[in-house]
Amino acid sequence: MYPVLREVSLSLPAGGLVGVLGPNGSGKTTLLKLLAGLLTPDTGRITLDGVDTAGFDRAALARRLAVVPQETQLAFDYTVLEIVLMGRYPHLHAFELEGPADLEIARRMLAATGTATFEDRMFRTLSGGEKQRVVMASALAQFETSSGSLDPGANGTRVLLLDEPTSSLDLAFQLETAALLHRLNRDHGITIVVCTHDLNFAAGLCHDLVLLCDGRIVADGPTDAVLTPETVGAVYEVNVDVRRHPASHRLTVVPLARR
Amino acid sequence: MTEGVSTLPAVVALTASDLRRRVWLAQLGFGALAVLACVTAPLVGPTPISLRQVFDSAIPFAENVDAQIFFIARLPRALAGALVGASLAAAGVVLQAMLRNPLATPFTLGVSAGASLGAMLVITLGLPLSLLGVPAVPIASFVGALVAVAIVYGLATMQRQGLSTNVLLLAGVTLNSLFSAIILFVQYLAEPSQTLQAVRWVMGDLDVGGYRPILSALPLIGFAFVAFARLPRALNLLTLGSDSAAARGVDVLRTQRVAFLSASLATGAAVAVGGPIGFIGIIIPHLVRLLVGSDHRLVLPASACLGAAFLVVCDVAARTLLSPMELPVGVITAMLGGPFFLWLLVRNR
Repeated sequence: MYPVLREVSLSLPAGGLVGVLGPNGSGKTTLLKLLAGLLTPDTGRITLDGVDTAGFDRAALARRLAVVPQETQLAFDYTVLEIVLMGRYPHLHAFELEGPADLEIARRMLAATGTATFEDRMFRTLSGGEKQRVVMASALAQFETSSGSLDPGANGTRVLLLDEPTSSLDLAFQLETAALLHRLNRDHGITIVVCTHDLNFAAGLCHDLVLLCDGRIVADGPTDAVLTPETVGAVYEVNVDVRRHPASHRLTVVPLARR
Repeated sequence: MTEGVSTLPAVVALTASDLRRRVWLAQLGFGALAVLACVTAPLVGPTPISLRQVFDSAIPFAENVDAQIFFIARLPRALAGALVGASLAAAGVVLQAMLRNPLATPFTLGVSAGASLGAMLVITLGLPLSLLGVPAVPIASFVGALVAVAIVYGLATMQRQGLSTNVLLLAGVTLNSLFSAIILFVQYLAEPSQTLQAVRWVMGDLDVGGYRPILSALPLIGFAFVAFARLPRALNLLTLGSDSAAARGVDVLRTQRVAFLSASLATGAAVAVGGPIGFIGIIIPHLVRLLVGSDHRLVLPASACLGAAFLVVCDVAARTLLSPMELPVGVITAMLGGPFFLWLLVRNR
């Protein structure tokens, strides 16, 4: 079988906010699934706080590391609260029902993602942006918490992995998602890794970027150092203009022409 | 977000004790319905009997005709209906969740076709109708079901690590057609009287003639239900998709394996008792979801109980509607289930 990723060596800082960029088929989603423990590497290993994730018990890993997929399609409809409570799975025994503490955590995560007002609505009736924030609340509910809040405890690094979080979002929701991820990172110390096609979204949000091309890491470092016209142009095979936007003061990538 | 009571309307706010209460209520409520059906069904029939006299301890059993009719003639049939109904409904819930397909039934994956072929071979090849005192048709149908399960499972696990639910579905549907063709071929070669008997078997019949078939199937079905008991929470999470479930700590492969094998076991045993009675495995789970929502901790036990009650009632209808003629119970469930299934299809759009 053809390897999707080759010789990928990468260190993501605890408490970091990292974007994973690259053209279609460059291996972004595969990298994300490897980090999430959903795939096992043919060779090499993935560690969290220095411990090989392959050695983690499933539930123990889920309490430290959560994933927000690009899209969530339900086979059966659940209420928003039920979806968020599903995040408590790794904290409960086989026959245990969610208790008052779980319910409180679920409601805090709903509040944190701005979805508290529709906890009783059916998930399928939500818009794409609402769905994504609910799934994010559900993912956050997985984490080990100190007294029910999202504040960092002594439980080690907590990682939130997101796959194309903005692909189904309009401009307003994109801004909101960026602000939410920024808050989770800054206020609660959650390490965030975002796979995205959207260079400008990544430029505005992420402290560090990883640029993938054909399964290899092409560039890896602070956002300003990675997002240069030369690197981006070479990877995407387009001529680009990269400059700081006068109003937002963020790096902005404008594609000019295909090479 | 401001803290405070005002953000959470107290009336609609779910509390943890609500969840516990809903689980108990669903189990007790639907369980009571199943018990009620099993106790009431034997009272209905050509010879009217009274429940008071059935349980009148003053009359010895040998002289108590009502008790004899109740316990010997009619109760086994009701219990067989309950066992088969509960198995098929629960297997339907489990397979729908595991395949993430609301239109899956216990028969989608070829179990019933395998069972039918097994039964058909015994009936039409003129094999002895009992082996060591055990009737051969149920055994052959159970073996047929196991063969179908083994083929489908083998195909679904062959290609890659894990269990491909797509291959599972496609292999099951294909196997259904293939086995049906073989069944037709066997029937074509058979004597008309044997064909008639075979066709009658396929329509489903709960007239088991005693407690023995029930007691033989009970350990298998009991084993399947013990496996079911651990599944509901994992099934809830599988609804999100297998990656999302795995990311929340679910052992997806193990859940799928246990779900498929235990649902197949329950289905195979149920079909061996009552024949392939259709539509229970799809009407009941959907009806229950309309009533209690999608949480499998509620849906699974409630479906088992409602499936039991429903099939017992359908069987009463089958033996009384055109009395003294008896309708095949599978015809009753199909006539109720077919339109319901179509309504579901339209409703889901």
